[in-house]
Amino acid sequence: MQYKWTSRLIIGLTLTFLIGPFLIIVLAGLSAGEFMTFPPEGISLKWYLKVFTVDSFRASFALSMFLAVFGTIAALLLGVPAAYAISRYDIPFGETIKTIVAAPIIVPGIIVGLALLRYLVVPLNFTVTLALFLAHTALVLPYAVRVVSASLNNLRSDMEEAAVLLGCTRLGAFTRVVLPNIQGGVLAAFILGFVTSFNQVPVSLFLSGPGVRTLPIDMLSYMEITYDPSVAALSALLAFLSVIIVFVAEKFLGFSRYV
Amino acid sequence: MSDAYVSLQNLSLAYGSSIVVPELNIDIRKGELIALLGPSGCGKTTTMRAIAGLMTPHSGKITIDGVDVTRMPANKRGIGLVFQSYALFPHLTAFENAAFGLRLQKRPAAEIEERVTHWLATVDLAHLADRKPAEMSGGQQQRLSLARSLVMEPKVLLLDEPLSNLDARLRLEMRTELQRVQRDTGITMVFVTHDQAEALALADRIVLMKDGVIEQLGTPDELYNAPRTVFGADFFGFENIFEVAGRDLIGAKGKMPVAFGATARHMAWRPGAVSVGSGPWEGVVTGVAFAGEKREYVLDTDLGQIKAATDASEPAYQIGDVVPFGLPEATGFPISG
Ligand SMILES: Nc1ncnc2c1ncn2[C@@H]1O[C@H](COP(=O)(O)OP(=O)(O)OP(=O)(O)O)[C@@H](O)[C@H]1O
Ligand SMILES: [Mg+2]
Repeated sequence: MQYKWTSRLIIGLTLTFLIGPFLIIVLAGLSAGEFMTFPPEGISLKWYLKVFTVDSFRASFALSMFLAVFGTIAALLLGVPAAYAISRYDIPFGETIKTIVAAPIIVPGIIVGLALLRYLVVPLNFTVTLALFLAHTALVLPYAVRVVSASLNNLRSDMEEAAVLLGCTRLGAFTRVVLPNIQGGVLAAFILGFVTSFNQVPVSLFLSGPGVRTLPIDMLSYMEITYDPSVAALSALLAFLSVIIVFVAEKFLGFSRYV
Repeated sequence: MSDAYVSLQNLSLAYGSSIVVPELNIDIRKGELIALLGPSGCGKTTTMRAIAGLMTPHSGKITIDGVDVTRMPANKRGIGLVFQSYALFPHLTAFENAAFGLRLQKRPAAEIEERVTHWLATVDLAHLADRKPAEMSGGQQQRLSLARSLVMEPKVLLLDEPLSNLDARLRLEMRTELQRVQRDTGITMVFVTHDQAEALALADRIVLMKDGVIEQLGTPDELYNAPRTVFGADFFGFENIFEVAGRDLIGAKGKMPVAFGATARHMAWRPGAVSVGSGPWEGVVTGVAFAGEKREYVLDTDLGQIKAATDASEPAYQIGDVVPFGLPEATGFPISG
C-alpha cells in the first residue's frame, strides 16, 4: 500500500514538472491583459492571433523552418552513408569516428557556437544564413548517424550479398535493399533532427546576425523589448506543433523504437 | 582436369590472418551435383562464399568454364547462392523476392510473371506469393530463397544447407524436387549439408571436409562403402573403429587379441556387422533401443563401448545381460588412413 502511494506521488510530481510549465504558458498566452502574467488577467485569443501579424516572427519562422528541413536533409545525406560505412565495412577506428560524430550532443552548445563563430564564420567571412545552415547540419548529424546506425544494426548484411548475387552493384544493393528497410529509421532521424534544429538556441545565438534570426532567438530578443503575452502564445503554438509531429510519427512509425 | 567446369585450384581462404581453408583442389564437372559434407565449422560456407565471389581468396585460383573468375566481382559471375540464413528481402513480397533478379535485368513483365509463377509453384509457394517473408514459416522462407535463385537459372547454383529447416516429409519432397530440377536444367550444383544421408541420396559426388581439408572425394558408393580415413568411416556410420597392432585390436579401454593378422592400421565395423549372441568374447548390455526393423545395443566390453544391432526378429537382450559377441574379419572393413 505504501509503495503504491509513493509511486503515485512520484508520477504526479514528474507529470507536474513536465506538463506544468506547458499549461502555464498556454494559459499565460490566453490573457486579456497587456503583460505576461500568471494567472492570466481575463481570457482572450488576441495574443494567439497577434503572433501571426508580427513580421519578424514570420521571417524568423521561415528561416527556422528552412534550417530545420534542409539542415536535417543535409545531415541525413552525410549521416546515412557514414552510418552505413561504419556498420558494414571494417573502417579503421569506426567506433572512434562514431564517438567523435556524437560530440555535438555532448559538448555544450555555447562552446560549439563560439567555436564555429570564432574559427569558421569570422575568418572565412560566411554569410549568417550559410553559417546557420552549416551549424544546424553539424548539430543534427550525430542524431542522424546514431538513429540510422541503430536500424542498420538490426538489418542482416547477407541480404545485400544476396542482392549482389542476383546482379546488383554494391550501390544498387544499398538503394534497393538497404534503404527500403531502414526508411523508418531515416524518417525517425529526420523528425528528431527537425525538432532538435527547430528548438536550437545556444549555437544560433552566436551565429545570428542583424535581420537574420531563427525563431527562438527572435522570441528572446522580442521579449527583451516587449513583455506582452504573445511570446507565451507563440511558445504554446510551437509546443503543440512538436507534440503533433511526434504524435503522428509515433502513430505511423512507432517513433519510440528508434530514439 | 580437362572436363572441369568449376575448378578450385590451390585455393586458400582466410579471415584476416586466420586461415580457414589451407589448400583446396576440387574439379566439378558440368551438370554435376556435388555435396560438400563436413562437421560444423569445417569451412563449407566459407568455400561457397569464395566460389560465389563474396570473399577474395587468400591465394589460389577459381575458374568457371575455363574462365579465371578469381578476381571477377560477384554480380558478374552468374552464380546463384541459397544462403544458410535465407537472406530474403523483408520489404518485398514472396513474388517480388523471386522476381528481384529478373527485374534488375529489365526482363519483359510477361516473362517475369511466367518464370516467377513457375518456380514459386515448383517449391509449392504459389499460394503465398503476396506474403512478406516475416509472415512465412522457416521452411517456407527457405523454399522461397531456393526459388529466388532458381528463377535466375544460374550456370552454377550453390546451396548452403537448403533443406535444413524442413520437416522430414517436406525434406524428402524438396530433395526429390531438387534432383529433378538439376536433371532437367543441367545446372551445376554444389550443396552443403551435414546430413550424410542427404549427401548420399542426392549427390553425384561427395566432398568430405574436415578443418578445411578434403578427407575424401568420391561417389556416394565409395564414401559409404570404402572410407579411406577413420574420420570418413566414423562419418558414414562405422561406429566401431579400432586400431590394429599385430594380432591385437586396441580400443579405448584396452586391447583384445583377434584371430586374423593386420592388413591395415584400423578395422571398422558397422553396428550390423557385429555378431551378437555368438562369438569369442563377452560384453555387458548397457543400452537397448528398438528401432523398427533393428534392435540397437550398446555393449560394455574389454575394448570399450561397442555399438551393435540385430534384426528385431532375433531374441532380445535386457540391460545387464552378459552376451557373447564377435568382430568377424569378414564383416569388418580395413582402413589404411
Ligand atoms: N566472418 C568470420 N570471421 C572470422 N572467422 C570466421 C568468419 N566466418 C567463419 N569463420 C570461421 O571459419 C571457420 C569456417 O566457418 P564456416 O562458416 O565456413 O563453417 P561451416 O562449415 O559452414 O559450418 P556450419 O556447418 O556450422 O555452417 C569456422 O572456424 C569459423 O569460426
Ligand atoms: Mg555454414
